[in-house]
Amino acid sequence: MAKLESKTPPGPLADKWRKYKTDIKLINPANKRKYDVIVVGAGLAGSSAAATLAELGYKVKNFVFHDSPRRAHSIAAQGGINAAKNYQNDGDSVHRLFYDTIKGGDYRSREANVHRLAEVSVNIIDQCVAQGVPFAREYGGLLANRSFGGAQVSRTFYARGQTGQQLLLGAYSALMRMVGSGGVQLFTNSEMLDLVVIDGHAKGIIVRDLITGEISRHAADAVVLATGGYGNVFNLSTYARGSNTTAIWRAYKRRACFANPCYTQIHPTCIPVSGEYQSKLTLMSESLRNDGRIWVPKNKEDRLKDPNSIPEADRDYYLERMYPAFGNLCPRDIASRAAKRVCDEGRGVGTSGPGVYLDFSDAIRRLGENMVRERYGNLFDIYHEITGESAYQTPMRIYPAVHYTMGGLWVDYNLMSNLPGLFVLGEANFSDHGANRLGASALMQGLADGYFVVPYTVGNYLADQKPASRPSTDAPEFKAAEENVRSMTKQLLGNKGTQPVSHFHKRLGKIMWEYCGMARNTAGLRKALEELPKLREEFWASVNVPGSGEALNQSLEQAGRVADFIELGELMCLDALTREESCGGHFREEHQYPDGECKRDDENFAHVAAWEFQGPGKPPLLNKEPLAYESVKMSVRNYK
Amino acid sequence: MVANNSQQALSITLRVWRQAGPDQPGKFVDYPAKDLSPHMSFLEMLDMVNDELTRKGEEPIAFAHDCREGICGTCSCTINGKPHGPGRGIATCQLYMRTFHDGDVIVVEPFRATAFPIVKDLVTDRSGFDKIMKSGGFITARAGSAPEANATLIPKENADLAMDAAACIGCGACVAACKNASAMLFVAAKVSHLGLLPQGEVERDRRVLAMVGTMEEQGFGNCTNYYECSAACPKLISHDFIARMNRDYLKASFRSAFQHASNSTGGGAG
Repeated sequence: MAKLESKTPPGPLADKWRKYKTDIKLINPANKRKYDVIVVGAGLAGSSAAATLAELGYKVKNFVFHDSPRRAHSIAAQGGINAAKNYQNDGDSVHRLFYDTIKGGDYRSREANVHRLAEVSVNIIDQCVAQGVPFAREYGGLLANRSFGGAQVSRTFYARGQTGQQLLLGAYSALMRMVGSGGVQLFTNSEMLDLVVIDGHAKGIIVRDLITGEISRHAADAVVLATGGYGNVFNLSTYARGSNTTAIWRAYKRRACFANPCYTQIHPTCIPVSGEYQSKLTLMSESLRNDGRIWVPKNKEDRLKDPNSIPEADRDYYLERMYPAFGNLCPRDIASRAAKRVCDEGRGVGTSGPGVYLDFSDAIRRLGENMVRERYGNLFDIYHEITGESAYQTPMRIYPAVHYTMGGLWVDYNLMSNLPGLFVLGEANFSDHGANRLGASALMQGLADGYFVVPYTVGNYLADQKPASRPSTDAPEFKAAEENVRSMTKQLLGNKGTQPVSHFHKRLGKIMWEYCGMARNTAGLRKALEELPKLREEFWASVNVPGSGEALNQSLEQAGRVADFIELGELMCLDALTREESCGGHFREEHQYPDGECKRDDENFAHVAAWEFQGPGKPPLLNKEPLAYESVKMSVRNYK
Repeated sequence: MVANNSQQALSITLRVWRQAGPDQPGKFVDYPAKDLSPHMSFLEMLDMVNDELTRKGEEPIAFAHDCREGICGTCSCTINGKPHGPGRGIATCQLYMRTFHDGDVIVVEPFRATAFPIVKDLVTDRSGFDKIMKSGGFITARAGSAPEANATLIPKENADLAMDAAACIGCGACVAACKNASAMLFVAAKVSHLGLLPQGEVERDRRVLAMVGTMEEQGFGNCTNYYECSAACPKLISHDFIARMNRDYLKASFRSAFQHASNSTGGGAG
């Protein structure tokens, strides 16, 4: 059984991080260059970590499956990044950001990690501005802010509707500076396919070069995974098509615990599904909810009518009605479930998939079309490209879609997994968002982890490892891991089945969305747990992967990823079935209040569920890390 | 091009460049694609064609793609002779089949430029851009050393203009559209973005000289003011930034030629 010690430092919550930094072991500058650190992934967390570790003097190897680090999907985040700067003088503070994040996560995250996140949030803004991130500004030259869901202050910094892009390009430029100076060795088109564990410590990875097919071994003194979330298990999501679980899933199979896999975020404002061929769902930033009003017709008969012809009295602005205090700005999980509820009642609009209206006519009347264009123009353009409709003239149609995964590899306060030497950052870990993430908090976490947390915690681990003591890549563990990768590749290529990989991915997505999506119940989850093993068997029996392993082969890449997704799907359903409560994004129909709100069970489920792989065909072992709240009192979330 | 506003399914012929590897000869191959929804994206149409090829046991068409929402810069097809195809201010992934008509023959090629060698089919190697970036496309700001963010005021106009330039997604359409395969728009966008901000002022000269130098080394051509780059750019980045970069480059060249460099080796006392 894995040992899950959170290693949270002692002392008052607000002093823990400061004290930790004072107490950690240091490595002298001449010794730092004797340590190699592998960083996998180059999104916000990966590129900021790789750049910063190299700035400190460690020798960093950065692996990305993309053709350039700038492609990572952090780039698609639209709305903004939170920070407790209190520039608006509206009562914000580190404590409030901490509290909002804990409450937003429905009291299922680790208190000390979240407090640290809120503390370093202010440094992130300073860092990004220094790098040249062109945040929105006021006429006086000061930084501008806007409000976001789950908060009653304006603490979100933004760069038009492309905040993630600008933050990622900032981190990418820092990374490329270190590549140029030789501090980082960059491996593009390189996919990690296994983790190498020696004497219980993570000491290397196995990588496939996606262009040449070459499989190589890389040893290091520590391995950092920043490989993002696993929402593509649902096939249709707002993730990039290439986003995958492979790096963290293969680490799980090397005994790194996987925590809270069932916590997925369904974003309320995405463009509805239009057909069977669909490959991708597109998000409309939550920032739109600042000025847009969400409604459906009061009467089912009106659902296909021209929305502009439906009089005010026949519209149901259901979020404003149900949650008057937060209205259209209530948290994502709540807004998504409310949309599902009104659509299940038969009041969903549009001819393609079900949807609800996001209406800007009030905002256009109040602010003028130009102001609305300045704030959201690029989002309206995206909407127009995809649907062929103008949101200036007719309300947008939106529906919830899979957007983020709060679960991920288990980590302690150091962001180190139960495998010493394996650090996990950003969306790939589980630690900061509990059962639901607030808007504009993912960018904050990715950069907090990379710029300001692991540069300290990796050093603290390495200080106990002798300089230049990393194993040789000739070690038997490396050989075994490479064999593992080669045999899987061979099996996939040799399997002359009949169906393309997408066939299985689509079926997996349907099972997961149906039974492990916005609402879950015992019968459905049990059904999914019967269907998924069958799908897995069918995949291995009848998938067809054309081409060779010695060249660019996108079918092969996708096949490996979908094979992992199918296995992960099973773990997610098992976790969802075991968690007999509703919390945040995890809604069990059996556990709700009469008004349909989440019914948490703090007595039995105030813990992190960290699953431990026990070998192929064996049920995973459930480890529990109790969540002890010292500073915050657990209460029922109320946004009314 | 007039958009096809009908809801009717359409059938087209896809004429695609197939090339097994960098050193192998390539050729156009025709593939029919039938009964397509006009709401399908161009890449979803390619997905469908690829699934059919796979079912027949043939190798699917390799094409670069990822976010499918026009921001990551991965997708890169030349469609009917235009980088990213018909339509203004979009990437390949933002092209929808409603743009085409029943019976159309759609010609699909990779981005064409010497500095972007073909990897396979429609996939090219654009690592030249990363090389330009690492030579100077940054502001040196070590983590931990940043001053308070609001300590430096930046006029909104400058911040907005910097943002216009910073919107570049690094796709390379500007290079593919240029008859000289110049990367001037890409480089100018980064030089302008960083140069417009007070934080980027210190390294302004060094940055423009290094980036332009690397651009030339990587085999990108020069600008002859046709502005095809801006027209093909999915973010419609203005060619005005090229003029701005040329001014910066000229000033930096003069200054570096006449500037006295310090003789100090940088060591301190003690």
